[in-house]
Amino acid sequence: MLKLHAINKIFNEATADEKIALDHINLELKAGDFVTVIGSNGAGKSTMLNMISGALTPDFGEIIIDGKDVTRLPEFKRSQLIGRVFQDPMAGTAPTMTIEENLAIAFSRNKKRGLKSGVDKQRKEYFLQSLEMLHLNLENRLNAKVGLLSGGERQALSLLMATFTKPSILLLDEHTAALDPSRAELITNLTKQLVEKDQLTTLMVTHNMQQALDLGNRLIMMDKGQIILEVGEEEKKDLTIEKLMDEFQRIRGEKLTSDRTLLSV
Amino acid sequence: MFAAIFGSVEQGIIYAIMALGVYLTFRVLDFPDLTVDGSFVTGAATAAMMIVLGYHPAIATLVAIVAGFIAGCITGLLHTKGKINPLLAGILMMIALYSINLRIMGFTVENSIGRPNIPLLNSDTLFSQFYGWWGNLGIDEAINSFLSGIGVNFLPSTWGTVFVVAILVVLIKLIFDWFLKTEVGLAIRATGDNKKMIRSFSANTDNLVIVGLGISNALVAFSGALIAQYAKFADIGMGIGMIVIGLASVIIGEAIFGTKSIVRTTLAVIAGAIIYRIILALALRIDLLDTGDMKLITAFIVIIALVLPNYFDKRREKSRKAKRHAERVASSTIVTEQEGKNLA
Repeated sequence: MLKLHAINKIFNEATADEKIALDHINLELKAGDFVTVIGSNGAGKSTMLNMISGALTPDFGEIIIDGKDVTRLPEFKRSQLIGRVFQDPMAGTAPTMTIEENLAIAFSRNKKRGLKSGVDKQRKEYFLQSLEMLHLNLENRLNAKVGLLSGGERQALSLLMATFTKPSILLLDEHTAALDPSRAELITNLTKQLVEKDQLTTLMVTHNMQQALDLGNRLIMMDKGQIILEVGEEEKKDLTIEKLMDEFQRIRGEKLTSDRTLLSV
Repeated sequence: MFAAIFGSVEQGIIYAIMALGVYLTFRVLDFPDLTVDGSFVTGAATAAMMIVLGYHPAIATLVAIVAGFIAGCITGLLHTKGKINPLLAGILMMIALYSINLRIMGFTVENSIGRPNIPLLNSDTLFSQFYGWWGNLGIDEAINSFLSGIGVNFLPSTWGTVFVVAILVVLIKLIFDWFLKTEVGLAIRATGDNKKMIRSFSANTDNLVIVGLGISNALVAFSGALIAQYAKFADIGMGIGMIVIGLASVIIGEAIFGTKSIVRTTLAVIAGAIIYRIILALALRIDLLDTGDMKLITAFIVIIALVLPNYFDKRREKSRKAKRHAERVASSTIVTEQEGKNLA
């Protein structure tokens, strides 16, 4: 489904600020895999997601989606196959446009955009049904501008829009990090529900260890641009935060530097 | 007085087409496109040149629209492919068009390459052709006899111009509204709203910006072509400050009529263009001011339209806060009174 082969990326090469962002990353996701990614700040998690989405291009290495080499494919073409939710709740929606117009944009992701009306009767019906799944009462506000929604509501809408066309890959970049705990839980549950419904192949970056353990069937840990730990389906079932911390210390010979919510729930 | 306002309305409606184009770039695409000063003249020059060369005015106008579309697309290419800052891309295109416009008008003379103006006094225009048909209907006589019957002493020579341009603008508005709701239209709006988001939904933002600028400048050139036929001349200087006039129309319209929906906003922009012309006409009736002061007045109108809404918003917010505070105070005293009674 998704294959990263020897991905390398160096920022500010040959300057004082040189930083090896990704160092020989190899990763393979099978159809239906839900992989959570943890690691400290600057470990290269977001860079890896940006490589896959096409926002950044690797210096070396190949990215293969559905058996097709997409390494040099521009972002907008690649995004036919990839759904994305960003950390910033404002980033995934168009604020001056209405809910139904935003959904219409998501709906035509994998179609050629033409001079057909964006929202027709049939689509509206589908939009309504999909919004009902969110249980946020958004189905009664189809004509409200998205800028008026709360952060949690916008993130829920972003998630729905990202999964609307059943993309080959779903990328979630700390998509609950900017929300308060109760909203974050709502989005986490919604993520589970939407991913399970369509058996989406998902890669989720998170700072929240508990979330990384609760969601998904596989887990990887990154540090300094490398994948230092891969946990498979069976092992992940009885993994705990303590075990993860110990594992990090064993591999790196140092304590996992805590930042933000890494250690907490 | 009435004559001046009547003329302003006629012109305002034609300029409204240009204002819609400016709205598309400035507001919808969030792209401050200064090509307008050039592409307006391109429209006027192309139409005038072809009419003088004997083409049908309708064909001349169509070619003018295409010319504007191409000019806008080039600005879009400069920005998206050439990575030139939007303002600079527009300015570069504007200044390039100055020379191109001279050459376009130059096609009408044999012994020279450029030409700064073309009069259309005795040429057939869209308007003169329309008057031929309109005059036979006898509507002018009917309206004027009615007006003089109720004691109005100004009678315009024809109502045809207002009638035909109003219908044209309403048509353009309807098409414009419809377009912004199509799949491509939604993508163009999202491009101005949140580029990162629309790219993640597999839209080529470069192409959308180019097409958007093309359509915008096509409208501007259309307006220029009509103004040339209305005023019966095209002049190399007729586009100076056009972008500010377009902006003035957009801002005045939005300030007065609001921006609740696309349908409402496009109506606001058209009304803004007409109101701007009326304010200008009234200002010029003040003896102190001369036609040369037009640009100064324009700048002044835009400044007022930009500053006043802020002031009113703040005042409205203040009074709303005061009212809410008063309500809270009132309700809390009622509660304390009741508590007092309970105690008693």
